[in-house]
Amino acid sequence: MSGAAIQAITMPKWGLAMEEGKVSAWMAEEGAAIAGGDEILEIETTKITNVFESPVAGVLRRRVVGEGETVPVGALIGVAAGADTPDAEIEAFITDFQANFVVEASDAAAAPEPEMITVAGRQLSHLVMGPEDAPPVILVHGFGGDTESWLFTQPVLAEDHRVFALDLPGHGRSEKTGAALDVAGMAALLADYLDAVAGSAAHIVGHSLGGAIALKLALDQPAKVKRLTLLSPAGLGAEVNIDYIDGFVQAERRKEIKTLLQQLVADPSLVSRDMVDKVQKYKRLDGTTAALRALAEAVFPGGRQALVMKDKLAELSVPVQIVWGSDDAIVPPSHGDGLPASVTLHRFDKVGHLPHMEASGDVNRLIAG
Amino acid sequence: MPKKSFRQAINEALAMEMRRDPTVILMGEDVAGGMGAAGEDDAWGGPLGVTKGLMPEFGRDRILDTPISESAFIGAAAGAAATGLRPVAELMFVDFLGVCLDQIYNQAGKFRYMFGGKAVTPLVVRTMYGAGFRAASQHSQCLYPVFTHMPGLKVVIPSSAYEAKGLLTQAIRDDDPVIFFEHKVMYDDEEEVPDEAYTIPFGEANLTREGDDVTIVAIGRMVQFANQVADKLEGEGIGCTVVDPRTTSPLDEETIIECVEETGRLVIVDEASPRCNIATDISALVSEQAFSALKAPIRMVTPPHTPVPFAAELEDLYIPSPERIEEAVRSVMGAQA
Repeated sequence: MSGAAIQAITMPKWGLAMEEGKVSAWMAEEGAAIAGGDEILEIETTKITNVFESPVAGVLRRRVVGEGETVPVGALIGVAAGADTPDAEIEAFITDFQANFVVEASDAAAAPEPEMITVAGRQLSHLVMGPEDAPPVILVHGFGGDTESWLFTQPVLAEDHRVFALDLPGHGRSEKTGAALDVAGMAALLADYLDAVAGSAAHIVGHSLGGAIALKLALDQPAKVKRLTLLSPAGLGAEVNIDYIDGFVQAERRKEIKTLLQQLVADPSLVSRDMVDKVQKYKRLDGTTAALRALAEAVFPGGRQALVMKDKLAELSVPVQIVWGSDDAIVPPSHGDGLPASVTLHRFDKVGHLPHMEASGDVNRLIAG
Repeated sequence: MPKKSFRQAINEALAMEMRRDPTVILMGEDVAGGMGAAGEDDAWGGPLGVTKGLMPEFGRDRILDTPISESAFIGAAAGAAATGLRPVAELMFVDFLGVCLDQIYNQAGKFRYMFGGKAVTPLVVRTMYGAGFRAASQHSQCLYPVFTHMPGLKVVIPSSAYEAKGLLTQAIRDDDPVIFFEHKVMYDDEEEVPDEAYTIPFGEANLTREGDDVTIVAIGRMVQFANQVADKLEGEGIGCTVVDPRTTSPLDEETIIECVEETGRLVIVDEASPRCNIATDISALVSEQAFSALKAPIRMVTPPHTPVPFAAELEDLYIPSPERIEEAVRSVMGAQA
């Protein structure tokens, strides 16, 4: 590492709303050699706590921000350099950085905002990021999710992809009216959405129910799909944790919602107050409960998944990868057993139903790779 | 999501419910302004402009300017509620309750009970409360404890713009009489408020901050002061849970008790006069149900028992301040030895 340049490690921006983050724990000591991608600290945002992977390689020379301290996005949290870089140069670098650091009062103008789009007569909300000419990726959330489900995914992928995240009907800010669609109906709507925004075949990433929708789209209209990444997907077996689904449809009180959300992750402490708050605000919107109930009845009638497509996976000619957390309490990880050889399965230990949030670095690399 | 003021949030809730349900009507002094006069129509929209713009959309049949006679129009609203409409009456200042109290507590509040559950009274009385407006002792009181005392009424005290829209929508859809309190210095407070309609159920407290050391229960405008104190003290390692009950009737006793059991310390902040207010009520509740969890005496931060002063310097001293809340939190922390 001798002679390596001094490099800043700064507070990342995860999601549109993030303005500051708290260093909840350091996982690397001062003086430790770190490689790009090493987990070096945990950052707590108002949404969720997440592990931060080093964007730089070198020796961690300074932890500029201590555990428990909160700093704005972009602030210096650590410094990496060669082992033999003199301390004085490190100090000068820090002094210089702090002197020139300006908190962006509001980068709202620059940050993309969700927009409404009409698809097949339905009012849908979607969030678009990334260069217009980059290869398209479409992110499809699961039951009860929304575009913000991808807060650790979309901004990272958007560095070299055009990334579209939509709110399915009944979710986020999309319309809450109209009869619920089943998986096939959602897949047809997704195809129309894809035609409207992408203009060419896209890499479809689906989580949970969104995984079943993405898979159905790939089976029905293979020409629209370039690649398929399914995260803890529905659609590969009949079982689903229907107590969770029913609970989510009915829950009103914050305690009920918190207990439910904690079932989604292997480490319940990941579920922050703001995450609960956001779900509760969504659940209070007129029409949400009715829309979710109708959707649950359409896709999980009698508490079982209506559409199981496992035996059709081998028909797909596009690359398919499936990601599953071993502690998934919503869709059984055993649905990933016995997949055809053409499908790549990645299992993560100590990860629940939200691999894109619980192991975002690894999952982002799999999606981008 | 768009930012909206407390005023806009209330206006939007009224407009959306009037569009959704033709039985919703508004009545009160100058809720539009200019009725029957030669001057400008919709000149006022209420004394602080909260209902401005509704009359042009919904017309004089549904937006009723009333004479300065609270006993008449609050009574009329109670009767309209009992006979099929969903009136939202504006009692300009809650300090005027003395001239229309019978209509509220002994008529509207009792119909459901006196008629064996066969009558519903979907009446909302919106009313301004609170000090800090240099409006002197007859226009500055926090009389929600009076209504909280009276069975048959629901009492709602929103602490922010988001809360106001959801709670007022719920109030209008509720089948019982609801007294809806708006703090007059909060109308320009802004926060993100969804464009869509939504409801916040009554009887579920909100936790606006969470911490391990002290529970602060705060009412209405006091919630924002409590939040400021919680944010400041977090930096010093003192964790505060801030409980906003949202409604004092029904009261979410369970959440308050749970929070006190977790933190062991309680500070209650109430802008109402200190005798028989919400702070004394919650203090009694906790003393009875969670005494063994307490590590320090309960502290109440309230004004002194005096009419709200008109002198600006005295009025500022009268209102519970973040500094006094902070002092109370520090005192319950210090009492642990």
